[in-house]
Amino acid sequence: MSDKCFTRMGDGEGIWMSKEQIREEVLAGMEDAIVKGKAQPMTGGDVDYLVEILTMPEKNVSVERGHEGITTFDAGTLKMAVRSGLPIDSSTALLIHERALCSDTMEICNTDYSYKQIKNIVYEEAMAMERAQMNCIMPIFYGAMPNMGLYTKPDGPVENWSELLPQGKVLEALEAQEKAAELCTNDMVYIGSILAEAGACGIQFDTAGASGDADMLAALQASKILSQKYPDLSITMGMANEFTLGMHGRLKFEGEKLAGQYPAKQVKTAADAGVHSYGPVINTNSSKSFAWNLSRSLTHVQEATRAATIPVLPNVGMGVGGIPLTTTSPTDATTRVAKAMLEIGKADGL
Amino acid sequence: MALMHEMAAGMGGIRTAGDLVARMVMKGMKIDAAKEYVANKLGCSVFDLSDSAKMKEIRESLDIGTVVLRPHGSNGMAAKIKIAELLDIKIPSVELFKKQTGKSF
Repeated sequence: MSDKCFTRMGDGEGIWMSKEQIREEVLAGMEDAIVKGKAQPMTGGDVDYLVEILTMPEKNVSVERGHEGITTFDAGTLKMAVRSGLPIDSSTALLIHERALCSDTMEICNTDYSYKQIKNIVYEEAMAMERAQMNCIMPIFYGAMPNMGLYTKPDGPVENWSELLPQGKVLEALEAQEKAAELCTNDMVYIGSILAEAGACGIQFDTAGASGDADMLAALQASKILSQKYPDLSITMGMANEFTLGMHGRLKFEGEKLAGQYPAKQVKTAADAGVHSYGPVINTNSSKSFAWNLSRSLTHVQEATRAATIPVLPNVGMGVGGIPLTTTSPTDATTRVAKAMLEIGKADGL
Repeated sequence: MALMHEMAAGMGGIRTAGDLVARMVMKGMKIDAAKEYVANKLGCSVFDLSDSAKMKEIRESLDIGTVVLRPHGSNGMAAKIKIAELLDIKIPSVELFKKQTGKSF
């Protein structure tokens, strides 16, 4: 094993690879992003440095001094009080993050992380935000997902386009998506406005585009309205995928077709909507190596940071951005992703 | 996982100038511009921003909140009122607090 380096698969399983094998994986991952995403290749120097990061003998690594970025969250207050089962409320979770973990920002959210589901409890969420703002120094976002699929019957009022399309009812499917996007936009503006007036530092639209281009359109429209209505409110948008799925296929925002957009175009579209920071998502392929996944993610992220006029904060949670697809990401992989995203991807934070 | 990202690549929150830089990034500034802006306002170097020893002194002298509470030291909203003034920005919760109290700071 002496000539082999410990690394991982995309599902987190530990494996041993030679440095040459890791380089091959890096080149193959980069090639996938070039072919599918039309991204530019990383430079030879970047490839060498990525191989160096991947083969460092240290268990955990960090950025060089001065290369730090800011950290943000999705599902912020869900993680301690709900997923980890700590018997604390969200305001305590915020203060643990501020005073014990020293997070740069945090996010308040509801267990059902979808804007539609928050309508009935939005004033309670607003009161939680007001109380949190009295105690916290760091910036606090409120976040949830557009999750436009929730507007389909039987949970919502709109016909389900995923059922209409196989029946050949194409026009009905298009109309259903357009109607759902309108309802979703209205809900996000309504909830975002109440949270903004409760003193939220920012609003997060997370996993935008999960139901396709109409879902993305709803998030963009809500961002535009809120950014104009509340000039001091920060809006951040995290994506659902490395490309915007064309479930509708014809939708445009400010003249730009949304379907098929990769991060370099997504970030420009987000900026046009008044979004202040953008989080690309590059999904991890659990059957491929960690090296392949991280290289592919970095190639996409570099393409986005080259094009961006706003900060780029790549999503690096479970199963995205090169992070293995497992609920407990190994720290060696997590820290390598963080280092590479800032130093090679040129991200502004995470 | 969040903790590992913060340790590996984060600014350091209120241990350093992480919250301050984050406020400028949230306004749409790229990270280098945000660091430069905050360093100028604090009167320190960009390098100092992520040095927790240096920033502890700076934060204490400006009374803008520290990890370890101090008697009569500003915390929460009081610290943010000073941060808004220091960075010359509007913080929504500070604006709301002014409105609720009928005070201007």
